[in-house]
Amino acid sequence: MSDIAQTIIYLSLFISLYFEIFMLLTYLERRHSIKQEEDRPMPTDLPAVSVIVPCFNEEQTITKTIESILDLDYPKEKLNIIIVDDGSTDNTQNVLNRFRNNKQIEILKKENGGKYSALNFGLKYVTTPFVGCLDADSFVEKQTLKIIISHFTSSEIMAVTPAIKVFEPTSIIQLIQKVEYSWGIFLRKMLSFLGAIYITPGPFSIFRKQVFDELGGYKHAHFTEDFEIALRMHSNHMKIVNAHNAHIYTVAPYTLKSLYKQRLRWTYGFLNNMIDYRHMIFRRKFGNIGMYILPMAIVSIFIALYFTGTLIVNAAVKGAERFEQIQAAGLNLSIPSFDLFFININPIAIVTAVILLGTLAIIFISRKMTYGRVYLGRDVFYFLLFYGLIAPLWLAKALYSTAFARDISWK
Amino acid sequence: MKNPDIRRYLVALVITALIFITAIFLADYISRKKVAEIRLIQDQISTDILSSEVQSSLLEEFSCKEIGNTILSKELNRLGERLSFTEETRGPDDAEVEALKKYYSLLQIKDFLLMKRVNEKCGAGNVFILYFYKESCDECQKQGYVLTRLKEDFPQLRVYSFDYNIDLPAVKTLISINEIKQSLPAVYIDDNIFYGFQSIEDIEKAIPILKEWKEEQDKQATSTEES
Repeated sequence: MSDIAQTIIYLSLFISLYFEIFMLLTYLERRHSIKQEEDRPMPTDLPAVSVIVPCFNEEQTITKTIESILDLDYPKEKLNIIIVDDGSTDNTQNVLNRFRNNKQIEILKKENGGKYSALNFGLKYVTTPFVGCLDADSFVEKQTLKIIISHFTSSEIMAVTPAIKVFEPTSIIQLIQKVEYSWGIFLRKMLSFLGAIYITPGPFSIFRKQVFDELGGYKHAHFTEDFEIALRMHSNHMKIVNAHNAHIYTVAPYTLKSLYKQRLRWTYGFLNNMIDYRHMIFRRKFGNIGMYILPMAIVSIFIALYFTGTLIVNAAVKGAERFEQIQAAGLNLSIPSFDLFFININPIAIVTAVILLGTLAIIFISRKMTYGRVYLGRDVFYFLLFYGLIAPLWLAKALYSTAFARDISWK
Repeated sequence: MKNPDIRRYLVALVITALIFITAIFLADYISRKKVAEIRLIQDQISTDILSSEVQSSLLEEFSCKEIGNTILSKELNRLGERLSFTEETRGPDDAEVEALKKYYSLLQIKDFLLMKRVNEKCGAGNVFILYFYKESCDECQKQGYVLTRLKEDFPQLRVYSFDYNIDLPAVKTLISINEIKQSLPAVYIDDNIFYGFQSIEDIEKAIPILKEWKEEQDKQATSTEES
């Protein structure tokens, strides 16, 4: 390995380990607040909330989504549902008809213009002090809204994000996402403590209406309007917190292809919004998000790509050596004896092992936060084995498209 | 940025740095342990060879049975494998690796000389290959694979490998008395020198007894299967 390659590896490992330790320290310092939040009594004086459900060809899932909102433990007179049909061409309109007589529900229809335009269309009809959105592929738990509202403990807090879980995962790709999402639940909570939540996810982030009154509506924002609005809020020093115990279920992509498309859109959106909001990077006035979290999020993409690249090159070199060996000396079918001596224990291997342990610790903590218990399932093995190999697929493509200013397709 | 945050940034930095330093020291400690293990094997082999030599000098006529049991070709192979792994991980320029390699080369020469005498006296039926290679040589790498394979297949085949450019008078003498030229890899079998890559078939041609050994092994394998 050349000196430069070695230095990059050491630096990348240092940055990755530092991030894990920083997050684990945040957890250790703030774990009592997590418990306190979980024990906090539900508010009795509940404010009125509107939930916008943008939908485009969602005939399969829309009923379940609406029913889960209707089923919320929240006073009916204080909960409005605004459904915006963004020019669906399937049977969505007919499915929606069965809700027409429900006084809580308002059904709107417009020409197709993308999710952000559907949200803005719905926002015009909002008269309540709080507003949120629920994607038509997501469902809420009964207590979710109450828990979220209970997190608006001061007038400073302008938005509260929920904890998102994967709905009934079955395929390997979904099981990998199950671990990834629970890791996300931990991460978002820590970012909340740091005042650095940089995304208000489409599924059920609740805002004060004031946010949109002051900042305007959603923007196209490279297909990631939920990321842009959070950055715009930070830019205007508006506070976002996370309710880790307010659960939302989302239907995760079932195949690698659909996951790739979704993540390509997210990463591409992230990178392009970062370019739009580059004025926040390394600026003290934006605190942790500007000084550490956003730069770290960008650097982590390069680290992931570099590690995978190195892994592939090393595997190719070893493969070529093995091929040459078989070619020269034939295939030796005898099993080589195992000897500890031949395990290469260098600083890189040791630090990588420590990072892996840190990852496992975070997975366990996030499971405790999400499911109330710690357990080791096959999903964790899939995640540890495959995630590092598949994530670079969309990271590389998103980076390429951003660098050469190429648009990506929406769905 | 709030004060507790700055403290956390610093504490995380200290912990990360400590883990890194520990990793570097731990890796170094393990590496030293491995080198110590290699030295121990070398010393054992050295003692074994020395004891055989002393024995032969004392008795003039040495006992074939005794000698046969003392020299452990397996041990020398074990040492070679460990040394080449260490060379791979620490790099050929490492001073420790260089010293170990010199010692290993000496042990190989001593073993070769002694075993040749044993062979002559006792008719142990061993065949010897002296193999010369150099760093950064693709053909040598391939030749290494072939010889390793042959060594595994035929325990009576004793392969001694030498870095052509090693700074060791004994190896230089070995090269000059056998008139080995620089075009490597070079394989020395029974007073014949073969330059360039020699495939398994080439070597089988140069050592006809390999075929017999192979047939014998096949026969044994079939009889075991049948029984």
